[in-house]
Amino acid sequence: MSFINYLSREINCKIVYYGPGLCGKTTNLQHIYNRTNPDAKGKMISLATETERTLFFDFLPLEIGEIRGFKTRFHLYTVPGQVFYDASRKLILKGVDGVVFVADSQMLRAEANSESMDNLRTNLAEQGYNLDTIPYVIQYNKRDMPNISPVEELRQMLNTGNVPEYGAVATTGEGVFETLKSIAKLVLTELKRGAAR
Amino acid sequence: MASPQMVMYEEEFAQVQAVTNRLVQDANARVVFVIDKNGQLISASGDTRDIDTTSLASLTAGTIAATGGIAQLLREQEFATQYHEGVRQNVHIQVVSGRVILVVIFDNRTSLGLVRLRVKRATEHLTRIFEMVMAKAQDPFRNSPFSEITDDDIDNLFND
Repeated sequence: MSFINYLSREINCKIVYYGPGLCGKTTNLQHIYNRTNPDAKGKMISLATETERTLFFDFLPLEIGEIRGFKTRFHLYTVPGQVFYDASRKLILKGVDGVVFVADSQMLRAEANSESMDNLRTNLAEQGYNLDTIPYVIQYNKRDMPNISPVEELRQMLNTGNVPEYGAVATTGEGVFETLKSIAKLVLTELKRGAAR
Repeated sequence: MASPQMVMYEEEFAQVQAVTNRLVQDANARVVFVIDKNGQLISASGDTRDIDTTSLASLTAGTIAATGGIAQLLREQEFATQYHEGVRQNVHIQVVSGRVILVVIFDNRTSLGLVRLRVKRATEHLTRIFEMVMAKAQDPFRNSPFSEITDDDIDNLFND
């Protein structure tokens, strides 16, 4: 749910990075944080365990520019990927404007990807959203690893809705900004469509 | 869409700001914030210079969401009030009309009793204001800034 403030002329939107444990959601945000002009970003917050696994969420506020005099800000969140943190994942999806599903391209993680996507669909539905209608893109991460599934196979398994998709290596930043730009654009287009209704 | 978009117009913003300004004075608080339950900062009053307000908003919404989750597990209604006691500073958090969060940060220049009393009055005012905000947001004839935005405007934002 976006928030529009006429006095400060700001539009704030919420994007959630979703996906199985260790797929690279936090790494996506870290790369965005490291490569963004200091004026355009706030502090990145990571609520993580001592072993750097996400416990609750990562948070990164990002300003991407002005549209018709309105500062446009995106609040990026990640969810904890590990299966047993489902209650936390549901909370973070509240008020979401767009979702990035980060898939792990390694063959061994095929099942974890599918489970996480089913979980995303279910948790969104519980909040009253539909994955088929909400702004949504998929990123196939870890394209640099050995033993990865071909993109066509991942597409067949995960991208049945034919949404925008990107190959990525989040550790080097490949595909990270392409993914972000794509979801940000979809979110703004959806808000514009909503206003025209 | 699961919940209506929140749009804050100048008139209501000024009213919210007046309530929070007054609360800073009446409760002798350091800072007062109003935050949307999704983690967006709506207004801030008092000495906010050394505070990362965006992060504070997101984390406060996170704690309210987490305790809301606990309440649900216990089949309890929301825990509408929270209090965190520190060595030098304390934080009083109040959910207002199930929609926004009122945060008061205070030190030993005041007392929890006084903060609670003043928060109660401010909550009543804020409830009325946010009822108006949500009623306006649901008015289909009211213009959204997005109705004037073109596809080119969106594209231009992403041109390197």
